[in-house]
This record gives sequence, structure tokens and C-alpha cells, in this order.
Amino acid sequence: MTSADNTQVEAKNRSLWGDVWSQFRTHKGAMLGMIVFAIILFGVTAGPFLWKTDPQYLDIRAKNTFPMVSCFFTGSQMAQCFTDPTSIKFFDPDAEVLERIKVSWAHPIGTDQLGRDLLAQLLQGGRVSLAVGMTAMLLSLVLGTVVGVVAGYFKRLDGPLMRATDLFLALPLLPLLLVIIMLFRDTLRNAFGPETGIFLLIVFIIGITSWMQTARIVRGDVLALKEREFILAANSIGTPSNRIITRHILPNILSPIMVSATLGVATAIITESALSFLGLGFPSDFPTWGRLLFDGTTFIQQSPARVIWPGLAISLTVLSVNFIGDGLRDALDPRIRGR
Amino acid sequence: MLNYTIRRLMFTIPTLLFISFVIFLILDMAPNDPTGNLPMTIPPEVREKIRISLGLDSPMYVRYLLWCKQFFINEPLNLIGEWFNVCIGACEDRLRVRSWATRSPVVDLIAERMPQTLWVVGMSYVVSIVIALPIGVISAYKQYSWFDQVGTFVSMVGFSIPTFFTGVMLIVIFSVWVPNDSIFWLPSIYDTTHQVTDWPSFWFQMRQMVMPVMVLALYNAAQLSRFMRASMLDNLSQDYVRTARAKGLKEKTVLLVHVLRNSMIPVVTVIALSVPQVFGGAIITEQIFRVNGLGQLLIIGIQGADIPLVQTLTFVFAVLIVLFNLVADILYGLLDPRIRYD
Repeated sequence: MTSADNTQVEAKNRSLWGDVWSQFRTHKGAMLGMIVFAIILFGVTAGPFLWKTDPQYLDIRAKNTFPMVSCFFTGSQMAQCFTDPTSIKFFDPDAEVLERIKVSWAHPIGTDQLGRDLLAQLLQGGRVSLAVGMTAMLLSLVLGTVVGVVAGYFKRLDGPLMRATDLFLALPLLPLLLVIIMLFRDTLRNAFGPETGIFLLIVFIIGITSWMQTARIVRGDVLALKEREFILAANSIGTPSNRIITRHILPNILSPIMVSATLGVATAIITESALSFLGLGFPSDFPTWGRLLFDGTTFIQQSPARVIWPGLAISLTVLSVNFIGDGLRDALDPRIRGR
Repeated sequence: MLNYTIRRLMFTIPTLLFISFVIFLILDMAPNDPTGNLPMTIPPEVREKIRISLGLDSPMYVRYLLWCKQFFINEPLNLIGEWFNVCIGACEDRLRVRSWATRSPVVDLIAERMPQTLWVVGMSYVVSIVIALPIGVISAYKQYSWFDQVGTFVSMVGFSIPTFFTGVMLIVIFSVWVPNDSIFWLPSIYDTTHQVTDWPSFWFQMRQMVMPVMVLALYNAAQLSRFMRASMLDNLSQDYVRTARAKGLKEKTVLLVHVLRNSMIPVVTVIALSVPQVFGGAIITEQIFRVNGLGQLLIIGIQGADIPLVQTLTFVFAVLIVLFNLVADILYGLLDPRIRYD
């Protein structure tokens, strides 16, 4: 046998993750979602290095600048608007005077009422929103997996743990989140500083209130796995429980965990923005997407763009993550894969 | 079935008591002070007296038991008394759960706000069911057609866009961009003092309800239509569908009588299960459109550190969740003859 034959044979080898990946690629929405999510991730991580305007700098003379997109509404002056934005004047029918439309390449998507650059704020805010989403998801995933595995594997703990899960599911979560934030905000702010304190609080409470679904799914899967022959075999050669869990059970329940991880990011981002939108999230000088949206609603008459950009950012992120989750679910399901 | 219902009802009582205790504990653990929002000029001894008048000097369990007594015994007695115009026991000086901020009974405040929330939430629920069911049925029947593709994509989008963004976008479009005198212009603030007396005022009521209702309805419809589609698909591949077609039933009968009725079983329980979620979502919607319903009451209570109000309102939300979980389970048993709990 020649070496060329060898490589040919190896190329036909199929690994599990190779199969999953090829199935994942057939899901158009999931691929598109992944590309969009990668762009957003790149934007918020590398963006602040490329777009160097300080999000907190008050350029008061440029306050309430319109986004460059408004050049499309200037009609015949459109080309001039893009090349030399400061020179554009348009007829204001209400005031019956020529007014300068305030656009500038220095602030491509506009500024807020204090002259802070919206693009810089959006990039900075995305960092916080995504960081909150990912950390809260990790926390809830760990909690959910631990509770689910322990409840499924150890029969004696199954009852109490599942009762606790049901109890958590019966709690009115949004009101409780609001209450907890309101009550513990100041203490944590004093202990860890305004930003870290709120970050820890929000991540913690989102994490401990969203693990229940993961725990239920994981428990169900563990219960089914426990009856399989390979677990019996592992038991019969005297493998201790902790090794059975880490070596045999965890790798087999990886797919539901991964799917709930992606969906967890989406819900965590939405919850964080909802809290910020109700005015109970991060402080105003520490922008997140939800906070920017909330601050923008006051100025909705003057500049609707201020609510559209952050809202679009949240929606696109959540949409792309949901599509990735959908594709992942199909790709990891062996009954669908390979059809 | 009756046995099961009674057993479940018996189990709800300790659950609810425990939840109310957890809520009370969280509110009590909080290191904040109800007199913190009062002016700084109030001397400490007066502040202490205010705290005593609010009952804060007694230990935790006493205050919890007192709240329980007020909420579970005094308030129902009072309600019965008011309905039938009778006086049960010492009805004049019965202790009621009072808000710290307004000094009025919390239950009265909730009763005042309830109709607005119920109108908006209830209407949105009806609208979402009316939208979602046909979409789910058609996209399952014509699986992978363009209607299905578009429907699935739209429901994914509707499911992903948070309600606070859809609400704000609707305001931008229908209240800001559309000119004031246009027929499509909609008010962005919900006027709850508005009285429906004649056709123009009814028309105004309809117009101010469109946006809050649609925001909630679209979000729900997205979720419901996904469930409806999945459930229809499960049933369409069953043997009894082939049998029904083979014995010569009309396609309409097969689809709308045989398949639809069976696939409604899980959907009905999903509808029941997501009622509490919708009430939670109404908190945000009410904040956007300034509807003074329960959600807004909760936000005001939280901002003013009005503990009795927040405690009672959160507990009411908890009751809703537990109750509708129960309703969903019982409905499932009633609708599906294969499921027997006894």
C-alpha cells in the first residue's frame, strides 16, 4: 500500500464533530446567524480599538447630531451631504427657514443630548451586554447541570432537588429580579464600586433564576443514560460515581447542554436589557444596549435613531444566537443528522 | 380526575405559603431602610418612631405571620363583607395590608389597577391566539412551502425581538413619523381615564389600545405559532390521518376536525402555561405606553421601597403562576383521554 492510498483512507474517516459540523452547515439560518454573531463579537471586542472616540467624552457642541443615514432624506443634496456634511442646509417647513442638518463623519451614527458619540457607546455597551449574557449563561449552565446530574444520578436527592426546581419555576421572576436589584444595589455598589458591583449583582441574579430548564432537561437525559449497559459495565468494574459522571455521563449529555447554552445567552441578554430598560440596571454613565435604549426613549421625538441602533443591536444578537441554537439542535440530534 | 385535582389543590397551599415566605425573606434581608427616602432634616428619634409606627420593631416571624393573617384572613373577610354589604366580626377596625407610601389598603390599589392590565393583557392574548393558530395550521399543512418558510422566519424574528424594542419602534413609526392628522396616527400614551360613552370615544379607545395590545400579541403569537406548527406536524404523520383519508373523508374534515382537535391538546396547555409570563411581559409594555396597570404599580412600589405593596403584588404574580400551572395540568388530563392521573 502506498502512502497516497493511506491519506485517501484517512480522509474518509468521519468524526462525530465533523458530522455535526457538516449538518450544521446545511442549516442556512444557523450559518447566517453565526456570521452575524461573529461580526458583532468582533465589533464589540476589537471595535473600541479601531474607533478610538471615548464613549464618555462630552462633545457638547456636537450634541444631538443626526446619523449619516439621514443624508438619504436630503434629496438633491445627497452627494454633497456625504462628501461635505457640515455644509448642508435644508428647508424646515415648520420654522420656514433654512436649517443646517446636523450630520458629521466624526459621529457617523450621531450623538446623544450631551454630545457623547453613539457609535463608541454602542461598541462599549455591547461589550457589557455580551459579557453579562455570557457570564450569566455560564453560571446558570453550571448550576443547572450540577442540579440536573445530581438529581438524575443520585436517587435520594432527586425528590428534594426537583421540588426545589419546581419551586423556582413558580416564582415570579421578573418582579423578584427587580426587587432584588432595587434592594441590594447600594450595598454591592459600596462593596465593589459602582460598575463591578452592579455587574456582579446582575450576573448573579440572572444566573440563579434561569437554571431550571437546563436542570430539567439534563435530569431527564441522565435518568435515561443511567439505565444503559455501558454505565452498568462501568459500575461493575467498580468505577466510582464521580468518575462515571465525568467520564461517561457528562460527554453524553453535551448536546442538550450546548443547546441550552446558546439559548441561555439570548435570554440573559434580553433580561439584562429589560432590567436596564426599566431603569434598574447599570448606571447611565456605564452604557449597555438596554440602557442606551432606555435613555433614547426620552428623546424619541427629536432623534428616533437613538432607540433604533441599540434596539437593532440587541435584536440582531438575540436573533443570530437563536438561529445558531436552532441549527445546533438539529445538528446534534442523531435522528436528524445524516438524512 | 376529581381526586387528582383535590390532591393538587391541597399541595398548592404549602407551595404558596412557602413562596410567600421566600418573598418576605428576600424583602426582609434587604439592607435598605423605608425611611431612607424621607428628608434628611427629620431627627433620628422621629425616624425611629416612624419605623415603629410601620411595625418594623417586631421580629421577622411576627411580621410575616401578621402579613399572613392580614392577607389570608382579613382581606377575604373584607371582600366578602363588601360584596354582600354585611359586617363580619369587627369589620370597622380590621387590620388590612396597607401601603406605606399611600396609606391605603394594598388590595384596593390592586383592584383599582386590575381592569387596565386585564384589558390589555386579555385582548393581546385573544389577538395572539387568533393570529397564531391559522399560521401554525397552514405552515404545518404546507410544510417547506414559501408560506412556511416566511412564517417560520417571522416567528423566529418575533420571538427574538424583545417587547421593549417592538413597543418603542411602533411608537417611532405610528406616533412620530406618521403625521398627527393621519388616520394611522396612534397615541403613544394610554389614557386610562378615558370613558367609552359613544362611537367616537369607542374609536379612540380602540386606537389607544392598538399598540400595547399588538406588542404583546406579536410576541405571543410568534411562540404559539411555533408550537402549533410542531404539534400539527406530529399529528399529520399519524396513522389515524391516513385512515381518515382512506375512508374518503374530505380533506377539510381530516385537517380541521381530526388533526386540529388532537394537536390543540398540547397547545391549549401551552396557552395556559404562558398566561403568567404574559402578565410579566405586561410590566414592560405598561412602562412603555404608560398604562397605569399592575406592572406600573409594581415599579412604583419598588422605586418607593413600599414593602407591603411589593410583597403583596409579587405574591399575586406567584399565585397566577401556580394557578395556571395547575390549570394546564388539569386541562391536559381532561383533553387527552390517554392521560389518566389516578
